[in-house]
Amino acid sequence: MGNFRFNLLVCAGTGCVSNNSFKVKAALEREIEKHKLQEEIQVVTTGCNGFCANGPIVVVKPDDIFYQLLTEEQIPHLVEEHFLKGRPVEKLMYTPSKGGAPIPKMSDIPFFGKQQLIALANRGLIDPENIDEYIALGGYQALSKALTEMTPEQVIEEIKASGLRGRGGAGFPTGKKWEFCRDASSAKAGSARDGGAGTSPSAQERTSGLALKYIICNADEGDPGAFMDRSIVESDPHALLEGMLIGAYAIGAGQGIIYIRGEYPLALERLNQALEQARDYGLLGEEILGSDFNFDISVSKGAGAFVCGEETSLIGSLEGKLPEPRVRPPYPAQSGYMGKPTNINNVETWANVPHIIKRGADWYSSIGTETSKGTKVFSLVGKVNNTGLVEVPMGITMREIVFDIGGGIPDGKKFKAVQTGGPSGGCIPESLLDTPVDYESLTQAGSIMGSGGMIVMDENNCMVEVARYFVSFTQEESCGKCSPCREGTWHMMNILDNITQGKGQEGDIELLEKIGKHIKETALCGLGNTAPNPVLTTIRYFRDEYEAHIRDKRCPAGVCKALITYSIDPQNCTGCTACAKNCPVECISGERKQTHVIDQQKCIKCGMCDSVCNFDAVRIE
Amino acid sequence: MAKITIDGKELEFDEGLTILEAAKKLQIKIPTLCYNEHLSPYGGCRICLVEAATRAAPERSRLVPACTAPAEDGMIVVTDSDHVLDSRRFIIELLLSRCPESEQIREMAAEMGVGPDSSNLDVVGHYLLHRAPKRESTNCILCSLCVRVCQQIPQRFALSLKERGIGRKVTPPFERVAESCIGCGSCAYVCPTKTITIEEAS
Repeated sequence: MGNFRFNLLVCAGTGCVSNNSFKVKAALEREIEKHKLQEEIQVVTTGCNGFCANGPIVVVKPDDIFYQLLTEEQIPHLVEEHFLKGRPVEKLMYTPSKGGAPIPKMSDIPFFGKQQLIALANRGLIDPENIDEYIALGGYQALSKALTEMTPEQVIEEIKASGLRGRGGAGFPTGKKWEFCRDASSAKAGSARDGGAGTSPSAQERTSGLALKYIICNADEGDPGAFMDRSIVESDPHALLEGMLIGAYAIGAGQGIIYIRGEYPLALERLNQALEQARDYGLLGEEILGSDFNFDISVSKGAGAFVCGEETSLIGSLEGKLPEPRVRPPYPAQSGYMGKPTNINNVETWANVPHIIKRGADWYSSIGTETSKGTKVFSLVGKVNNTGLVEVPMGITMREIVFDIGGGIPDGKKFKAVQTGGPSGGCIPESLLDTPVDYESLTQAGSIMGSGGMIVMDENNCMVEVARYFVSFTQEESCGKCSPCREGTWHMMNILDNITQGKGQEGDIELLEKIGKHIKETALCGLGNTAPNPVLTTIRYFRDEYEAHIRDKRCPAGVCKALITYSIDPQNCTGCTACAKNCPVECISGERKQTHVIDQQKCIKCGMCDSVCNFDAVRIE
Repeated sequence: MAKITIDGKELEFDEGLTILEAAKKLQIKIPTLCYNEHLSPYGGCRICLVEAATRAAPERSRLVPACTAPAEDGMIVVTDSDHVLDSRRFIIELLLSRCPESEQIREMAAEMGVGPDSSNLDVVGHYLLHRAPKRESTNCILCSLCVRVCQQIPQRFALSLKERGIGRKVTPPFERVAESCIGCGSCAYVCPTKTITIEEAS
């Protein structure tokens, strides 16, 4: 960290940037200059810290002091107090929601304490736009080790021994997948494969599009509310590139493609910067690190179809065709992009690879459970105090994630469920909160690991509405190729629409269960095979809520508009007129200091009266 | 020679056969809709689902589309178990709910014992054929045979699929009369529900 007295690490992840972290940075630089401290204090931008709810974040090194929720206006005071007078500013530090003293050090904050960082090892530490910082922290050492000390077969053995499984959701063993692709013969691969380490094609073959094998990075993160891959690319793009380089060497691929969401402008910018820097340093291109290994990476932007997260649809999209899944076999390892053997992994899987090669399979496999090794990144969102990105060892319980790292449920509300695995994951109830997070346990609970979305719900969430929301998402994103997914999910959505509108009929629960089971078994790809999960798990664990909607025409959580009424409790109403003033359809009447009344005919059930009432006088039934 | 067992009958075969092709050799009939032997298989309609397992683990059978699944040595296939028939009934009910007026779909459904007036409809069939919202009438089951034949035989690319999910449609590019159409009629010929008609140009 040079000769500076302090290094100020300003978070420049998407969350913090949208909360004006660059203005905070400019203010810091201005104040530091004003006090002539520029020789002593350095301001650096870093990738996402993960604690996005509390951004903008600045971490002061070497003391590890953590400042949060900063605004431009607070900076003059902060600089003067902390850096001139040596008094860290407590009111800008993290304070637990239950009260208590502010916690000055980042590592003492529970949100960070229980995490274990591998894929996100460099987050918040390095400037993602500077390859030298990545190299200074050991970056590209794993590549060098693979190229100079290991054969491609040894690399694959190491990945197999580590137990790494695909982090995109399905959890297929990564080493095995690589081996399939390495062993696959492409039309011209025969002689090249016999050549051992020198399996990559010549520059001419590569540039003329004749690369024998391809590797692809799936960065088409489509789950609502999930941002694991975006954050890795934004905070540590070279980890992804290094992982792909090692994979290409092991598999014998000459060309890599990163398929990234078009809606990720910052990630895209940093990725392109990183690629350019890597090329300048000779880490991409020909004769990498003096070896005979040639490899380069291109970037393709996704246009926003969820189904492109499915690997064969992604390949179709890359080829300029309709994004729809293809039947397997043949698997992409046999016939993928342009009919050539292709290996696809997602961002997080690739980002784990350099760490495994550098520190060894034994180290990696010592983390996690019997069948699920290493760590997993989750985006923890919803009704939880500390929302953000967390990386935890496999085997940690849901309870630890929600209550220790996540800090529990806001406003003293009661926990109801946590949904894992994105829109086609299942909802796990409180009774299963001690379920360890691993592929098999989550599947057994009716959910999936997925790519790492984790949505926490409290007593105010209606589980029927939650199921309806997710099925309406998946049915809209269904590509429409196979009948069960296209037609079946649409019917499920209609049935759920009816139930939430009070038009459910006796037998609808059984109907949903049967359709859901049929779709899971008969659909073509992973999207359809998992789309019914939110419905099936909410029926399994929250059947009483469905019954209340269907039989009693009642929404216990007070969410489904057709089944609830708003009224004003005369006991609590003080006649302050706040509700009447804010009602968008002017359906509340009453004199000042008199009880107010809602006109049920005009009420659109928007909930505005409830949110502005300071006296808890609005009843939802 | 590899050997496959379908509904108890054995067939010796060379690699490269699908389950559907193997079944044909054994004169076992598997219903199909999106399949045409001259075109690349699609696996979309799911009406040809069968149960397949390896000899080593016959209890671990899975539903696979016969039109695309390769026949493998030692494979045991069942085409008429309750599981298979139930799943196919679900598929045909979905298609009948979509295309209630299609003669061909009604016929295939009737062969499977499914129709709006059948007495043995379960809760799913009853919903799909009686309660489900009525839609704009179509006979197109989106099997994509017309699109594929145009791409693969005359190679004119005059038809394509538009939009996704329930809104999916077959249309000429940009919904205009395709300049590349040569009026060969292949699309109308392969359409399993006779949805495409050929008109004389005036």
